[in-house]
Amino acid sequence: MTLLAASISELSRQLRRHEFSAVELTQEALDRTHDLDPELGAFLRVTPDLALAAAAAADRRLRDDPTGASVLCGIPVAYKDVVCTQGVETTAGSQILRGFIPPYSATVVNRLSALGVVPLGKLNCDEFAMGSSNENSAYQLTRNPWDPTRVAGGSSGGSAVAVAARLACATLGSDTGGSIRLPASFSGVVGVKPTYGRVSRYGLVAFASSLDQIGPLGKTVEDAALVLTAIAGQDQRDSTSVQAPVEGFLQELRGGVRGLRLGIPREYLEVGIDPGVRAVFDRSVSALAGLGAEIREVSLPTTEFALAAYYVIAPAEASSNLARMDGVRFGPGSPAATTLRGAYEDSRHQGFGAEVRRRVTLGTYALSSGYYDAYYLRAQKVRTLVAQDFDRAFAEVDAIISPTAPTAAFPLGERTADPIAMYATDVLTIPANLAGISGISVPAGFADGLPVGLQVLGPYLGESTCLRVAQSLESELNVWDRLPPLAGAAG
Amino acid sequence: MSPGGESEWEAVIGLEVHAQLLTRSKMFCSCRADYLGRPPNSNTCPVCLGLPGALPVINEEGIRLTLRTALALNCEIPEFTKFDRKNYFYPDLPKGYQISQYDLPLSRHGWLEFEIDGRQVRGGITRVHLEEDTGTLHHAGEIQNSAFSLVDLNRAGVPLMEIVGEPDLRSPAEARAYLTALRQLLLYIGVNDGNMEEGSLRCDANISLRPAGTETLGVKVEIKNMNSFRSVLRALEYELVRQREVLDSGGRLSQETRGWSELEQRTVSQRSKEEAQEYRYFPEPDLPPLLISRAQVEEVRAGLPELPAARRLRFQSQYGLAEDQARLLTGRPADSEYFETVVALGVTPLLAANWQLGDLQGLCNAANLTIEKCRVSPKDLGELLQMVQSQEVNGKVAKEVLASAFESGLSPAEMIRTQGLGQVSDLAQITLMVDRALVEKAQAAADYQAGNDRALDSLVGAVMAMCKGRANAEIVGRLLRERLPRSGD
Repeated sequence: MTLLAASISELSRQLRRHEFSAVELTQEALDRTHDLDPELGAFLRVTPDLALAAAAAADRRLRDDPTGASVLCGIPVAYKDVVCTQGVETTAGSQILRGFIPPYSATVVNRLSALGVVPLGKLNCDEFAMGSSNENSAYQLTRNPWDPTRVAGGSSGGSAVAVAARLACATLGSDTGGSIRLPASFSGVVGVKPTYGRVSRYGLVAFASSLDQIGPLGKTVEDAALVLTAIAGQDQRDSTSVQAPVEGFLQELRGGVRGLRLGIPREYLEVGIDPGVRAVFDRSVSALAGLGAEIREVSLPTTEFALAAYYVIAPAEASSNLARMDGVRFGPGSPAATTLRGAYEDSRHQGFGAEVRRRVTLGTYALSSGYYDAYYLRAQKVRTLVAQDFDRAFAEVDAIISPTAPTAAFPLGERTADPIAMYATDVLTIPANLAGISGISVPAGFADGLPVGLQVLGPYLGESTCLRVAQSLESELNVWDRLPPLAGAAG
Repeated sequence: MSPGGESEWEAVIGLEVHAQLLTRSKMFCSCRADYLGRPPNSNTCPVCLGLPGALPVINEEGIRLTLRTALALNCEIPEFTKFDRKNYFYPDLPKGYQISQYDLPLSRHGWLEFEIDGRQVRGGITRVHLEEDTGTLHHAGEIQNSAFSLVDLNRAGVPLMEIVGEPDLRSPAEARAYLTALRQLLLYIGVNDGNMEEGSLRCDANISLRPAGTETLGVKVEIKNMNSFRSVLRALEYELVRQREVLDSGGRLSQETRGWSELEQRTVSQRSKEEAQEYRYFPEPDLPPLLISRAQVEEVRAGLPELPAARRLRFQSQYGLAEDQARLLTGRPADSEYFETVVALGVTPLLAANWQLGDLQGLCNAANLTIEKCRVSPKDLGELLQMVQSQEVNGKVAKEVLASAFESGLSPAEMIRTQGLGQVSDLAQITLMVDRALVEKAQAAADYQAGNDRALDSLVGAVMAMCKGRANAEIVGRLLRERLPRSGD
């Protein structure tokens, strides 16, 4: 059994007792990655020197001040490649950022580094986080560790797979329309999409600024809660971040669900849920009811418009956010171009993949004069209605539960030719981003051997409730330590 | 259709002025706003470089200075305002968009009062909003022939206020007067340094013609690249003639952007309406909207200094100055402050005004210096003028001392004391010199007594020559007249 199969709190106890060192733990993570990742494709970049140096520093801290050191001290983690890491190439899965070595680190990276976390490297993702399967990465394919013919989910596919295959104890992903929850569900790990503003976006390569949130992925709800506690909190560098207490994430984790009102949105079950997924969901509902939760039906009537609104707002913001990739500093440039416009066009056409170009085009169109009111403005109105739906629902229930996605992991290539089918993968996750509320995906069982996640949505700043519901289900099912076939012999 | 005589066209002009704010840091990061003279791209950080992942944070001082300007321009301040992204590609724009304000600016509906040919004119202010400046491009020679362009982002992100004027101006001269008054106001309230040559203050103009007496608006041409007051005047005058000629010959104008060529002294078409940029404005998602409280507005209003027109009137009433003196002394806040410091030292206002506007300003002009930069401090001038007032030094010597102090930076009062330049008022000493002059210039004495008044000047001159001009001229004159009684006196 690999050391990395244990939970973070267990590893932390063992590190403090000096049963093994952070360097040994890190070396094991590096060795596993070396052995297993060529098939999985989770990492774009492994940084062994940085990792071992951080691990050695963590060991000194654990030796000098074992009680003062953070529970995360010496714990190996890895970052989705949209998170800027000082001195380490950050590409966002795009050719256009090839060679970009940020001179600064994201706030989340700085916060974790300060606690002695060990950074293993950068994780594969869909280009600029645009995708639901990781098939839009410009660099490599990431395979599902439960079935290598299937997708890992996206866009934080590398982040989910690295945890599922026990290559890292926890990872960071980003969730704009489900990009943490979806791959978490597909790979059988826990993924948290925090409330918009809960975690600083400073240093997150922006996809859609009003929707993006960084969040943790972990083997267990507690692991995710530990990392979330460390990265959450207001940041002066992000004006959209908010000040709110984080103590409840861990303190209320084992509070149970007795007496909690859990709502099932009628509309979420009408989107064509795969029967296997539905069966897992029904069993989860029964389990939660058996634990004392009060199950109610709620209505989120705007659900059917949310996907369309998202695919106006997110591309619109993306078209602007990606404008800086203009070939002057980012992108291949175009020595052959004879005009400035030609240089921009050449560089962006070569540097961006097809899906990014599609979304930039969509977004540019939606913001153009004459179309702004019909698309962008109307989508913003739908967004308001979506948020109002949730407000009404949360007046009746404490949390909302649903499948994280209509299906389990689908075969590689199945949806690449059909963008609309691919977009529909996120139908159950997108509304939470539009409303800016909190959410989590927790492993809830298996359908035909593939993991299926339960999504728990909480109100604005309601992470504690989400985590508590997820923890109850995790404790009840006790499947979190079931390892995928591609986690290797060591697993 | 075309009105025949050229006098029948009326110009309709509106100015768009961009002013860099005198904040310490840039608008959305903590880099210095004072970017001039620094090595290229050294005054930058991830935010103003537009690096992936970087986020803007609002500089509160930029908001305050914009509110200050808006209130000085009698604008309304809405309670809700926000930033928007103005999207366009250009190599000096690192993010591919400029953070600006679109439909809900910080202020709107104000006016600026200015004077032209003795008339008070009110020019409407459409809005004052806040945005960020771009970087600068450096070409090898002319942009058209340059093999490359270098990008310097030291200026990128400097707070830039845009003051959009209503098309209320009716001539190039009015436009210049408006711009002069606006610049003066910005200097007064300390938000901008008014330097058009260095680009901290920039002006674009919209100009169209219409048949005099009508209210319709003609086809508008926007003029850019005017880097001085003079070029604003010249460009508008040029454009006025050009448009008039087109219209008089029955031609049609097209809506376009034209650039002022300083070299050729003409405007050149840059971009037609069809090529107009599509900016795809949308609310900046990285910055929450701003709520401007009424208390904040009142606080800024209370902190506004005395504005130019009010100060001019006060100078006339409080110091008894003539209107043109008051106007000259209130042209720049530094001039007023200099004057009031001198007066505060006990110098009579009229004497202070005459010396500041006359001798000292003359010296400054010759040396191409503004008064606050010259080596004669208000205290120096005040002390000198106190000595003039108390007749410790005579006017002629004082002027020479001032000129010398202007060069050396020494204290004029100190120079008078140490170099013995003080006025000689001692009666016995002057009597001796007068008697000697009467002997040496006996002919002049005789002439004077014979009725030639000017002969007395020659005698006074002789006395002054004996004491290097330090004698009290009044006493010398009185003594001479006493010694040379004339019949009838």
